[in-house]
Amino acid sequence: MEQRAKMMQALIHAILILVSITMLVPFLWMILTAFKSMGEATSVSPFVIFPSVWRTENFTTVINNLDFVNLYINTLLLIAGRVIAAVLTATLAGYAFARLQFRGRDFMFSLILFQMMVPGQIFIIPQYLMVSKMGMLNTIFALIFPGLVTAFGTFLLRQAYMGLPRDLEEAARLDGCNIGQTFLFIMAPLTRSSMVALGIFTAVFAYKDLMWPLICNRDVMPLSAALAKMQGQYSNNYPQLMAASLLACIPMIVLYLVFQKQFIEGIATSGGKL
Amino acid sequence: MGTIKKGTTRERNEFVWGWAFIFPTMLGLIVLNIIPIFQTIYQSFFKTGDFGRGNIFIGIENYVKMFGDAEVWQAVLNTFKYAIVEVPFSIAIALVLAVLLNRKMMGVSAYRTIFFLPMVAAPAAIAMVWRWLFNSEFGLLNHIFGTSINWISDPAIAVFAIAVIGIWSIIGYNMVLFLAGLQEIPRDYYEAASIDGATGINQFFNITVPLLSPTIFFVTITRVIGGLQVFDLIFMVMDKNNPALYKTQSIVYLFYQNSFVENNKGYGSTIVVLLIAIIMVVTVFQMIAQKKWVYYN
Repeated sequence: MEQRAKMMQALIHAILILVSITMLVPFLWMILTAFKSMGEATSVSPFVIFPSVWRTENFTTVINNLDFVNLYINTLLLIAGRVIAAVLTATLAGYAFARLQFRGRDFMFSLILFQMMVPGQIFIIPQYLMVSKMGMLNTIFALIFPGLVTAFGTFLLRQAYMGLPRDLEEAARLDGCNIGQTFLFIMAPLTRSSMVALGIFTAVFAYKDLMWPLICNRDVMPLSAALAKMQGQYSNNYPQLMAASLLACIPMIVLYLVFQKQFIEGIATSGGKL
Repeated sequence: MGTIKKGTTRERNEFVWGWAFIFPTMLGLIVLNIIPIFQTIYQSFFKTGDFGRGNIFIGIENYVKMFGDAEVWQAVLNTFKYAIVEVPFSIAIALVLAVLLNRKMMGVSAYRTIFFLPMVAAPAAIAMVWRWLFNSEFGLLNHIFGTSINWISDPAIAVFAIAVIGIWSIIGYNMVLFLAGLQEIPRDYYEAASIDGATGINQFFNITVPLLSPTIFFVTITRVIGGLQVFDLIFMVMDKNNPALYKTQSIVYLFYQNSFVENNKGYGSTIVVLLIAIIMVVTVFQMIAQKKWVYYN
């Protein structure tokens, strides 16, 4: 029996390691290719796995050609703008929907649920026309614009407030807090973990969003759109494409490795919103 | 009297604070989402004039054009082909991985971290590296398998090659959702089954799958919706001059092309309406079908 259990354990590890390799190979290949010369990358016999010299030219070339510093700044502003706006508005609205009684609440909440069920592509053309009419195409504001509020985040925060005990508010009220103070000093701090989850979720999806930046910004681009544009220009220089991909992925991957638990929970709580 | 008065002040307070709190969200939601839903439907009855000038009312002409447009129906077929491969495989593999990881064992969190990694990578970067892996002359895959397959330029297989990327990207996400669901299943069930002599595979099909079926159902619904909206991978992997483009472009890809490349926002809107109709039908169908297999206790 002992023997059998050990065999099982070994088999499970073997499967998991095999899958891990499958998951990692594309990333490793990205790294290896990024350090190769064009000749090494396209050599067939012999097929080159490791670069003979670890060249950094590909990185310096794409950093200069694509103005990567700007791409990082644009992406950071896009993420920061959407995260701040989404967490702030969703925290306020989530509390009201969970804990306050007022006329019109249920109808407004049904609009939140309705938005969550509709595929996002239906919003894009009118959103584009709005930004265009405002004369705001090609600005950081345009990138942030569709993410200023979040139906999903409001729903998530509402759930968080619903889970808090009622006594807290009663006690605060007896101590003379008005609704605003109760919210700000007592209730909001207790939903910090949901705010973090929403923040991470918003950040990752702002970072991954491709179609909106492609549509609204041809000059002020975040990383995702810049990669797409670069592929159009240097479609066959794979060492450079891989260097750019690697540079685009690294910041988020590093953050992920540092805050794994929050990332996985934050994205997993998103449930359907992918 | 006093209590009634107190009640009304409180009611009024909650009304004022409540609306103040939801105001930013509702304003944004109505401007950014609710009105655009109607605008898109409205737009689908219009044609954008040449050079993007003017909006010409053409009634149901866009719909008539769409129903006769072979490219649209090919895109619908491509999208379904993609989803039919991506969804079941990504769910089945993720489910097995979740079951394997749902135990006290060395390295569980390391495996979980690795499987989830593609979720935090930019889809544009993922698509590029897979395009490189799939490259028919210099790609790693053909080298490893000793083949010379045109993975992404052979119209017969390209859409499935893209589905492979989709599966690879989403496994970790599905797995995390399943792991959360597995925590809910009481250990006793498995212990009782072991005493009765049920093997691991028996337990998987007789305990895990039925008890996890609500989660599986939820993940399936959301993955099908996500699969039917595939865009990034196809946009990034397929070049304009790729011979397999016609057999791989998805509904959302056509929407993007028509609305923002060819600048016919009317026809683009019509395609979105079609997408939503398809998603609704498929979702309703799954809701009905769930009664046959989802187990709620």
